[in-house]
Amino acid sequence: MRPEDILVPTPSGVCCKPGGFHIDPTRPVAKALITHGHSDHARAGHGAVLATQETLDIMRLRYGDGFAGTTQAVRYGETLDLDGVRVSFHPAGHVLGSAQILVDKDGLRLVASGDYKDVPDPTCAPFETVQCDVFITEATFGLPVFRHHDAAGEIGKLLHSVALFPERAHLVGAYSLGKAQRVMAMLRAAGYDKPIYLHGAMETITRYYQSRGIDLGEVELVRGAKKSELAGTITICPPSAMGDLWSRRFPDPVAAFASGWMRVRARARQRGITLPLVISDHADWDGLTATIVATGASEVWVTHGQEDALVHWSRSKGLKARPLDIVGYGDEEEADVVADADEGLTVPSPLAGEGQGGGSS
Amino acid sequence: MNRFAELLDLLSYEPGRNNKLRLIADYLRHTPDPERGWALAALTGALSFQHAKAGMIRALIAERTDPVLFDLSYDYVGDLSETVALMWPASIPPLKGEGGREAAGWGHVANSDSGPPPGSLRPPRSPASGGGISAPTLTSVVETLSTLGKAQLPAQIARWLDTLDETGRWALLKLVTGGLRIGVSARLAKTAAASLGNKEPDDVEILWPGLTPPYLELFAWLEGRGDKPSSRDPAPFRPPMLAHAVDDSDFTALVADDYMAEWKWDGIRVQAVSGRDEHGDVVARLYSRTGEDISKSFPDLLEALRLPAAIDGELLIMMRDRRVQSFNVLQQRLNRKAVTPKLCAEFPAHLRAYDLLAEGDDDLRDLPFAERRDRLEAFIAKLNDPRVDLSPLVSFTTWAELTAARADPASAGASADAEAVEGVMLKRRDAAYVPGRPKGPWWKWKRDPMIIDAVLMYAQRGHGKRSSYYSDYTFGVWSKAESGDELVPVGKAYFGFTDEELIQIDRFVRRNTIDRFGPVREVTHEPSQGLVLEVAFEGLQRSTRHKSGIAMRFPRISRLRWDKPPREADRLETLEKMLSKIEAGRAA
Repeated sequence: MRPEDILVPTPSGVCCKPGGFHIDPTRPVAKALITHGHSDHARAGHGAVLATQETLDIMRLRYGDGFAGTTQAVRYGETLDLDGVRVSFHPAGHVLGSAQILVDKDGLRLVASGDYKDVPDPTCAPFETVQCDVFITEATFGLPVFRHHDAAGEIGKLLHSVALFPERAHLVGAYSLGKAQRVMAMLRAAGYDKPIYLHGAMETITRYYQSRGIDLGEVELVRGAKKSELAGTITICPPSAMGDLWSRRFPDPVAAFASGWMRVRARARQRGITLPLVISDHADWDGLTATIVATGASEVWVTHGQEDALVHWSRSKGLKARPLDIVGYGDEEEADVVADADEGLTVPSPLAGEGQGGGSS
Repeated sequence: MNRFAELLDLLSYEPGRNNKLRLIADYLRHTPDPERGWALAALTGALSFQHAKAGMIRALIAERTDPVLFDLSYDYVGDLSETVALMWPASIPPLKGEGGREAAGWGHVANSDSGPPPGSLRPPRSPASGGGISAPTLTSVVETLSTLGKAQLPAQIARWLDTLDETGRWALLKLVTGGLRIGVSARLAKTAAASLGNKEPDDVEILWPGLTPPYLELFAWLEGRGDKPSSRDPAPFRPPMLAHAVDDSDFTALVADDYMAEWKWDGIRVQAVSGRDEHGDVVARLYSRTGEDISKSFPDLLEALRLPAAIDGELLIMMRDRRVQSFNVLQQRLNRKAVTPKLCAEFPAHLRAYDLLAEGDDDLRDLPFAERRDRLEAFIAKLNDPRVDLSPLVSFTTWAELTAARADPASAGASADAEAVEGVMLKRRDAAYVPGRPKGPWWKWKRDPMIIDAVLMYAQRGHGKRSSYYSDYTFGVWSKAESGDELVPVGKAYFGFTDEELIQIDRFVRRNTIDRFGPVREVTHEPSQGLVLEVAFEGLQRSTRHKSGIAMRFPRISRLRWDKPPREADRLETLEKMLSKIEAGRAA
């Protein structure tokens, strides 16, 4: 049996014909297995959805109760049999509830990793390497220029700037699901104990994280705060809000952005960021290549991002490798904009929807 | 070096002038001598050592990385120094036994046993500077570079790169290749230094030519520990006076009699200053508008500045036939490393004088413009040098007359040089020469650009700030071909659009690509499908380099016409008509 007999890449996602399901389909299907709650992977309108409890909860918060016909929650490590295909979910370390999906048919093991990172994150279960024959990897940061370093150092940079410019407000752009909460948790770990302010679009998800026992300290909505009160404070907001009228309520704001994209200077400058923070929820180049090696896979399928470099690297290491042309991943930021409507945002960021810039990171 | 690298890093992102000043001043205040002096020298462009060539940096990285991965990375990042800084293999040893692995890409992860054991996380990696070897100071970098032989340079740079982190490597490469390009002018750095002692920037500016790095004397004076350095610059730069662009609505408030008009020439605004030093020798310098000393690039013009004075004027290229050349020609003389006699003979530099700021020991800046103009005319006559002439006044009594002159400079006195006229300048007769951009005394009134609608055909990724965006556009107009109408490329533009529009075009390009040639994408350009760009430009010339036979001067995207189907874009005949009109005007 060939791997392609088990999983077929189609333009709308990976399809398992013998098991009768899709993984992270970008169009409505009968049965969907969802790796994590980012809206480019978790879409509404499927017949049946199988995912971790957190992912199902997040989908419900975003899309409402009727987001799928039926749902089933699966625990990490639990094995299910879907028409003779054995399926299990394993922590991906990307955001709360994120999973890699192991598909095993007659001993041939394929792992669809969704989005993942192999460094510690206080807000989600740590990444777990799953041995497999075929590893389907993302490649958001699949170029050797992306090296994320220690995220704690970047938090230090932010706190230093807050100390240096006490009369200014610091706005930290961060994706609503995952990054925002991780930044808050890391600020707490660094000893920052003042209230952290929050853009309204992030409230629901943040409260959900807190309800799952993740300690984020005192979190306040920025909506009610006076301009003068915001001097010397830190506010977390969707990246798209920073250039918006919304940001005028802050005294001389410093524009920070927590993203792996900030490693490349031009990307920070294009967005008018003056304090780039290299904090990513995706594996960097070293993480991608180390993970590929660690899975023991002899074949690598590369999706969304910089496929070329990672395919080249895999082949140079004697692995079989191919890019998958799946469209539609990397739209997390676009979803963020929709969610911002309650804060008076009307113009969506034109960057959204492009694989290179709009991806969650 | 690490603190200096941090400063450069912060400056490179900071757009605000005042915040930049604060960052530099903060650095200078908290960094000891001589380190801060070398930093000030780097920021003001006062360092001189053998620069490393891009080719050498490429060779260093080629020894350490996979060429395919390097090309992909460079294409993405768009800046050589930055790509190398990011890709350079870190030198810290792997944390064996702690689930660590080698922190490098190509060539290091190959040994599969260095990966983390299944189920474990990679520990955070500290910057490479923790590798046991300490990072160099800026002082030691500068001192080493000034004595090092060419042959030893690559190995030395590699050793430094091994000890620095990403930001440190980036800063070092910027420094050794001689192009900081972080948006800090020499003037701004001097202003920050002046602020240490609550001095005016001009106080430092006047002393500057007599100072040498690492400026121990200067800092001692600024911090009240020493006397004012005793050098008097015989040829100082004087902060220039700038004009506001005039709108049609401004004219209702302006009285024609109050103003004099002159041509605005399309060259480089300069200040040509000469004076005598303590030995009585003539010191002549040419400054750009921002106070950068550009004398080295124009030795041929410097010779002409024999009489002590400060002239505000336009740098142009004037051929033996006394005709002023276009800005394109002037560009041949810019950013040249070596200024050869051949280059000077081929493209002779010329100064066209607008204003006289000083003559001998007299500071004329407080005089009314009309009086300064009289002094200027007398001075140019006395100087009597073919390389320096007077920018003629444009005579007018009503705004209508000036409007006509601006529309047709050739028949209003500019004659054969009309093509080098960018517009007219209005100057109040009674206005003193005030540094900065005061509103009211001076106005610039540029000529209206020509405009056509063209169709986007090819797009190329930009470099630097534009890297990873398709920001260079080749556009075409319709022309008759054997098989019906087809688009012929007529020009290329890479600015004029807003950041927002750039993102929109970039997205259009990515979604409508029909072919790729390296970094270039061909996009859909059918009669009913494609993107129409309104292109503004300043002039047209015949060209053998373009298939269309026409070259545009200064083309830029003035509007995106999402509303217009490509079939309604302009035709080549329209451009040809415009060109004939220009040529007819020139002949007249």
